[in-house]
Amino acid sequence: MDYFKLDIDQLHSALVSGELTAADLTAQTLAGIRTVDPEIEAFLALNPEAEKTAGARDAQGIDANQALSGIPVAIKDNIVTKGLTTTAASKMLANFVPIYDATVVEKLAAAGAINVGKLNMDEFAMGSSTENSAFKVTKNAWDHRRVPGGSSGGSAAAVASGQVLVALGTDTGGSIRQPAAFNGIVGVKPTYGRVSRWGLIAFGSSLDAIGTLSRSVKDSAHVLNVIAGHDDKDATSADQPVPDFTAKIGQSIKGMKIALPEEYLGEGVDPQIAAAIRAAAEQFRALGATVDTVSLPHTKYAVPAYYIIASSEASSNLQRFDGIRYGFRAKDVQNLTDVYVRSRSEGFGPEVKRRIMLGTFSLSAGFYDAYFKKAAQVRTLITDDFNQIFADYDLIMGPTTPTVAFKIGEKVTDPLTMYMNDILTIPVNLAGLPAASIPAGFVDGMPVGLQLIAKHFDEATIYQAADAFEGQNDYLDQIPGGAR
Amino acid sequence: MNFETTIGLEVHVELKTQSKMFSPSPVSYGAEPNTMTNVIDWGFPGVLPSINKGAYSYGIMVALALHANITEFTHFDRKNYFYPDNPKAYQITQAEQPLATNGWVEIEVDGQKKKIGIAELHVEEDAGKNQHEPDGYSYVDLNRQGTPLVEIVSKPDIASPEEAYQYLEQLRQIVQFTGASDVKMEEGSMRVDTNLSVAPIGSDQWGTKTEIKNLNSFNHVRDGLAYEQKRQQEVLRAGGEIRQETRRWDVDKKETILMRVKEGADDYRYFPEPDLPPVHVTQAWIADVQATLPEAPAQRRARYVNDWGIPEYDAGVLTNTLEMANFFEATVAAGAEAKQASNWLMGEVSGYLNSEHLELKDVALTPAHLAGMINLIQDGTISSKIAKKVFQEIIKNDTEPKAWVEAKGMVQLSDPAVLTPIVTEILDNNQQSIDDFKAGKDRAIGFLVGNIMKQTRGKANPKVVNQILMTEIKKR
Repeated sequence: MDYFKLDIDQLHSALVSGELTAADLTAQTLAGIRTVDPEIEAFLALNPEAEKTAGARDAQGIDANQALSGIPVAIKDNIVTKGLTTTAASKMLANFVPIYDATVVEKLAAAGAINVGKLNMDEFAMGSSTENSAFKVTKNAWDHRRVPGGSSGGSAAAVASGQVLVALGTDTGGSIRQPAAFNGIVGVKPTYGRVSRWGLIAFGSSLDAIGTLSRSVKDSAHVLNVIAGHDDKDATSADQPVPDFTAKIGQSIKGMKIALPEEYLGEGVDPQIAAAIRAAAEQFRALGATVDTVSLPHTKYAVPAYYIIASSEASSNLQRFDGIRYGFRAKDVQNLTDVYVRSRSEGFGPEVKRRIMLGTFSLSAGFYDAYFKKAAQVRTLITDDFNQIFADYDLIMGPTTPTVAFKIGEKVTDPLTMYMNDILTIPVNLAGLPAASIPAGFVDGMPVGLQLIAKHFDEATIYQAADAFEGQNDYLDQIPGGAR
Repeated sequence: MNFETTIGLEVHVELKTQSKMFSPSPVSYGAEPNTMTNVIDWGFPGVLPSINKGAYSYGIMVALALHANITEFTHFDRKNYFYPDNPKAYQITQAEQPLATNGWVEIEVDGQKKKIGIAELHVEEDAGKNQHEPDGYSYVDLNRQGTPLVEIVSKPDIASPEEAYQYLEQLRQIVQFTGASDVKMEEGSMRVDTNLSVAPIGSDQWGTKTEIKNLNSFNHVRDGLAYEQKRQQEVLRAGGEIRQETRRWDVDKKETILMRVKEGADDYRYFPEPDLPPVHVTQAWIADVQATLPEAPAQRRARYVNDWGIPEYDAGVLTNTLEMANFFEATVAAGAEAKQASNWLMGEVSGYLNSEHLELKDVALTPAHLAGMINLIQDGTISSKIAKKVFQEIIKNDTEPKAWVEAKGMVQLSDPAVLTPIVTEILDNNQQSIDDFKAGKDRAIGFLVGNIMKQTRGKANPKVVNQILMTEIKKR
């Protein structure tokens, strides 16, 4: 199955017409994974039930009104799948088999999509390179010496290397958009609350969002159509109407008002990337949109505020991994303190421990006001910055990352530099906005991501603009060769 | 040196909801371990809490009954600590913006009325239970995990162990009458932690406080506080210092025993619960709860005194528990005279329950049967002596009293047409007694009544017999 030449609409037609069966499609997808993935190492587990499920789908009949019916998808390993090991790429959960499905997994299954397997990531989604996985180092599809980004590096590499058309990822500070940018594909982080978090192993609960990684813009919209919506099991999921996200795809963007924040092209951003984004701005103008330079003055405080808030929430969320009820327990423990201290010391990797300590410190009596509370105030200022721009504009554009994908091992020992790599994606999570990264060219042979940010619950406008941009370029036709 | 005592009480009350505070698992007491749990209670990866709005409404109800101000905009917070009975390693509670603030409870000690302030009430989830077994293992039961609780924190207004006891009694009554909780210390649906400090009278500083745990009844609270008050005074008199510590009440030794010394405050790293949206308690919501708030014990007492002429003391006893107050009112509604109903409930019924260690719900007695029996006494169908036999029957069995006394032939002879011939016959045969009576010897009447009773095998209604006897003697 050549996923570099096909999209969901084409596969859907073939499935509906009977030209192709879901069972064949799934079998071919699994065969492709077995060929490609030993080198890419994007998958942590394949779903042993996938072919059976696909066969059952054929028997039931492909739903002509459901684009995902019979389509193979892959899922980031911090989203729980009933009966299928879910590790969040941590030794702590190396043999954890969930007894329930995440809401998004249920919805995909109900739509007839076939889950082919679970994807590598940074442990508990903490990282920007997928090097923090306890199990494997996933390669960038365009250069196997480089990182795929993170934390949804497995999702991005699997899609970019043509193993699946679409994958679910999660984005707490850029974990969908940055790997999408690094791998030259489309990554969409919906509005906070648009997609239920029930079954997502929490990192930063007030920031976490489940979204999509795909080659084409429209394929992302198809998946979001299925996974979006209010869920009684997630009190933070929004009770908002869910539009058809493909509806505005193909519509002209003439008259659309786009803002380009000067801070997003400033210090630390590779000048060649800045040039690619300016070129993208020209393309939008050529399509009839206006692009104005604006300012988001509090951007520079986003990274410290984010690392305090996300780490504080994570320090609390990850306390449940205590060696008592499930997951890893250290051997030969003598007493309760031993169970806790040794299980957690041995079960968590260094980056997770670093963030637990950072978060625990930020919440401690005497430091709470100076750190957590201050960060929460900064968060409000950053949200206000965005709201002011969105009073006058439909979209904000900018680069997704300050650099292209870096080399494996290059930054892993330098956490602060790694954290600064997220500076352009983090403000969006703090404000809970929807955003996408779409391919916008290459710098030194590596893909560049263009970030598009919209108002709360206005993903449809992102899809409209992203599709228009996609149509002006041939990035979909460019296939990674994979420098070895 | 003389001291004054300052006591603050933290009371946890379990709310009587069908399901848990943040999960759909059923709330129950005494079920097989871990059968009343789901993935949320287990703190599985990926689970999220959802607020049980009914539980929050119960919290509002308790707060209203305690005259507290409901907080309009509030949110939940996480209290972080590791323990096996705390599966998420945090408890969802309200630290920053409690359910309600500034309530009060009125108590009476030695005839003096006093208002004890309530600083705040907050809604939170209960923890599970750890069980330490002789096999050396500890076992975790998460049935209780997530049960909705209201924590009621008093102001440090309580000045003696007796005031503490009275405060708890009133609090228990008030909460029980709302129906929001069973408030049973023995089942753990009401739990008390105490803080006590002493300081020289007139001192402008608080003394160092100690906390007592393992208090399973109000008596233990009173005894534990009294012990602790004395212990602290003695330490200070001897020139010693009180350490901030947690102590345990030992029921057998009747003393508090050191559990641990507190080194500074525990750091629970509270922060807003990101998994739950803020709660907006609207005026309409409060009004809805207010409309369903049952009558408070104080209102009931006033009604018993004013409408039914029940003495204040009796009204207090009758409103001690909701069960008793409801039983009393149902008995009156079934036609019993209020004072008689009150006498029976406070006397025979309470006596029986105490001696048998039972509660009203455990016996067969119904308000209708009690009212029926009282009316049989009132209308002379049975004597109060027979009534004691009837009572023994109806408290043990579901027996209709009127039918039972008739079947057993226990009905009194009250009909003058039947009794008059018997009386005249006795008088005819005892001229001497008539003469003695007329000569002022009252004892003679006793002899005559005794003979009539013998003749009727004890069934004659003594009141009626007396009336006929007097009338007949006068005729002679």
